[in-house]
Amino acid sequence: MQRPIATTREVTGVPTGRLAVWWVIASEIVIFGGILGSYLMHRLGHPEWAHQSIHTNTWAGATNTFVLLTSSLFAVLAHQAAEAGNGKRAANLLYLTCLGAVTFLVIKSFEWANEIKHGFTLSSNTFWSFYYTAAGLHGLHVIAGAIIMLIVAADAKKNKELQRVENIGIYWHFVDIVWIFLFPLLYIAK
Amino acid sequence: MSEPAAVAAPTGDHGHGAGGHAAHPPTNYIKIWGILVVLLVVSVAGPFVGIRWLTLITAFGIAIVKAYLVARNFMHINLERRIVVYMVVTMLVLMGIFMGGVSPDVMKHEGARWHNDAAEAWVQKGLKEAPSEEESEHEGHGKAVENGTHVAPEGEKH
Amino acid sequence: MSTATESHTHDAHGDHTHDAHGHHEEPSFFIKYFWSTDHKMIGMQYMFTGLFMLLIGAYAVYVFRMQQAFPGMSIPGFGRVTANDYNSLVTTHGSVMIFWVAMPVLIAAFGNFLIPLMIGCDDMVFPRINRLSYQIFLISVIVLIASFFVKGGAFGGAWTAYPPLSAKAQYSLTGTGSTLWVMAVALEFVAFLLGGINFVTTVMNSRAPGMKMFDVPIVVWFIVIASILFMASVGPLVAGAVMLIFDQQLGTGFYDPNRGGDPILWQHLFWFFGHPEVYVVFLPAMGIVAEIITVFARKKLFAYKTVLYTAFGTGVLSFFVWAHHQFIAGIDPRMANIFSVTTLLISIPVAEMMFVYIATLFGGSIRLTTPMLWAVGFLAEFLIGGVTGIFLGSSGADIYFHDTYFVLAHFHYTFVPIAIYGVFAGITYWFPKMFGRMMSDNWGKVHFWFTTIAFNFIFIPLFFTGMRGDHRRIFDYTNFPDLMKPGMQDLRMLATISLLVMLSSQVIFVLNFFISMFKGAKAEANPWNANTLEWVAPSPPPHGNFNPLPNCYRGPYEYSVPGRESDYFPQNIPS
Repeated sequence: MQRPIATTREVTGVPTGRLAVWWVIASEIVIFGGILGSYLMHRLGHPEWAHQSIHTNTWAGATNTFVLLTSSLFAVLAHQAAEAGNGKRAANLLYLTCLGAVTFLVIKSFEWANEIKHGFTLSSNTFWSFYYTAAGLHGLHVIAGAIIMLIVAADAKKNKELQRVENIGIYWHFVDIVWIFLFPLLYIAK
Repeated sequence: MSEPAAVAAPTGDHGHGAGGHAAHPPTNYIKIWGILVVLLVVSVAGPFVGIRWLTLITAFGIAIVKAYLVARNFMHINLERRIVVYMVVTMLVLMGIFMGGVSPDVMKHEGARWHNDAAEAWVQKGLKEAPSEEESEHEGHGKAVENGTHVAPEGEKH
Repeated sequence: MSTATESHTHDAHGDHTHDAHGHHEEPSFFIKYFWSTDHKMIGMQYMFTGLFMLLIGAYAVYVFRMQQAFPGMSIPGFGRVTANDYNSLVTTHGSVMIFWVAMPVLIAAFGNFLIPLMIGCDDMVFPRINRLSYQIFLISVIVLIASFFVKGGAFGGAWTAYPPLSAKAQYSLTGTGSTLWVMAVALEFVAFLLGGINFVTTVMNSRAPGMKMFDVPIVVWFIVIASILFMASVGPLVAGAVMLIFDQQLGTGFYDPNRGGDPILWQHLFWFFGHPEVYVVFLPAMGIVAEIITVFARKKLFAYKTVLYTAFGTGVLSFFVWAHHQFIAGIDPRMANIFSVTTLLISIPVAEMMFVYIATLFGGSIRLTTPMLWAVGFLAEFLIGGVTGIFLGSSGADIYFHDTYFVLAHFHYTFVPIAIYGVFAGITYWFPKMFGRMMSDNWGKVHFWFTTIAFNFIFIPLFFTGMRGDHRRIFDYTNFPDLMKPGMQDLRMLATISLLVMLSSQVIFVLNFFISMFKGAKAEANPWNANTLEWVAPSPPPHGNFNPLPNCYRGPYEYSVPGRESDYFPQNIPS
């Protein structure tokens, strides 16, 4: 398919792909805002949830935060490489970012498996319902981001479509920021 | 008329490379990452000090700082056109409006001439359970004061 | 996806669209009609799918209005209506009309078809994502239709889906149908999010050289604002829908007060979206009307910037009014006060827009073609809808009116202009561009008058039955002696008979539409002598739309410019 001329125009001064990613982020802010806001309001109205939330694994959460922060570092270094025109290095850094995503998901699976084993399931208490739903929604976005990142990396390795490295990076940083707020909500200020 | 040779971008230049943003001195991304990790450690350490308001500040205050650092230095939002900042800020403000409009009904369990019996009962039940568990947060909403008309907002179909 | 470094993107001759890389061979039938990335084809796909869903929504209302007029009768084409059937039918009617007719036709179909043409470019910025958005939408249609055939039948919890009715199968009796409905709605939301991002990015970035912000036609602006409103409001409901599905299927208690949840949360999540949603459909229809009245009054829009700023104002305010749908749901009365004030305030910018439109018509050289009839009809009918909304926005009066047919008549006086008048206005106006032929104007007028007269005779009686106490979503009033007084059933019967007239007269449109598509008089590029850029392209436009791509030299409404020989001044002609 031929890229339309429309895609190459840039009246706002922001390249089209990047502008679109920011719109994606804008719409995601309200999705996550909705679920996190709902959680926060319930949590503040239900002090007895503290009995449940004390069982979240702060170390797993903190490690995951570290993993995501590091993967964000790799993503922005990939962007730096792409800007310099070094597609191969950008691709490798994107692969490292994906590795971070996988690590995050693995740690989370162990964490959840452990919690489920102790009887803290999706339906055992509304705190846990929110916990799994919010973190699960976030996890879905991690998976989606990683998949797109692999596709972008495949092109970048051949020095093609290098501008997409920055765009997927912006999306990834947003996913990181959501976790930056999820972490204290679910693990620190329980 | 034909398409002019240059991309129609009446609003100034924006640089080089793969459709990049304005030129900026190379950020030391690793330094930023280091700061983020230190902040993470502080926020994890917060609860161990034990003072509730301090925990909240370290937890959420640091979260806000971390988010700002990521947005500014990794996403380069400060170098973007203003319109992007407006988009993001607008969405955040909308979330504030949402919470503002909803919290009187969902967060609170009593208000002007109404009282949420079911939620109150649930809170009391939960507080009575597991007395040996340490409570890290104890917002004082669990008042058993009941006055006025009870209009428990059950799920009436409207 | 743009790069500043690609050198071949366009050359100074502007006709590169596909020739620089060799001309494509003609795509196969399958590719052309089912796998296209061309915005015009995708727009048509949305339009035909939406019009097909209109048949389903119409069938549903036919059945349940017959039940109202003849309680207990075996309805031709359906059979006897049980209480559960009734619930499923009203739910289906509401959901389908809003999510699968109004939104796809007004926003996705017209947006897709018109936006690249009206801003002078060759396609949307992300054609493949455009195709994907339609495919996801189609899947949502299939999921919804599947819900009609599962055990228990279609979801019966009303389009507002309040829990616990919507969350617990033991109450709704439509366990599987409920989940399929929520999934269909969620998929539809994803499709429109994708589409919306495409629209907004295209209009922001891909305008023709010389087309400044205030040279963009109002319909394009309004579709963009509607897309942004949608994007900004649907998020919490997406979260809420996930929570509802979990409540339905996984035993969670997000909305169950016996599990520490709160059903009011759903109401807020739903209406935080639900109110901006009505403006999401209102704005494109108003945009279509703006295009039509300027062309057929040969007069510029009375106050372009005012209209634009009031649209922004309406959009912003629309986020502050949502709980007027919940005045008697048990929300805090102090919130009810606040929402009353904001709701009454929002009537002001909308009224302002109406005044500007009327001022546009005043003194114009009016040609009452079919599109113009629909456009003017929109204004008249919507006015009735708007003023009756004042009673409902005041929480004191709403305590009486809530959930009566008064509300229903009010919102049909707003929705029918939006979804029916707006759609017919747009189709009759842009049919020549879409299909290269002219529709019959005479039959169009017959269709308009039958529809309009019948429409008013459906809903004016319902204002009265509502004021006298008819509650919504009641399947059989014979159990309510107070509501079976003489006269009441007569009014219900009148509404139903008028509905039958209105539905039958749509046959005129269907015939006009399809016969004209194949046998209508051939249309030239600009049969209406309009200014906007879509009329520069041939009728119908080829792949790539323009050859060469146009530049823009002025605003879209330069009609009857003093000193000019002709009474229109297209945007693409240099001064």
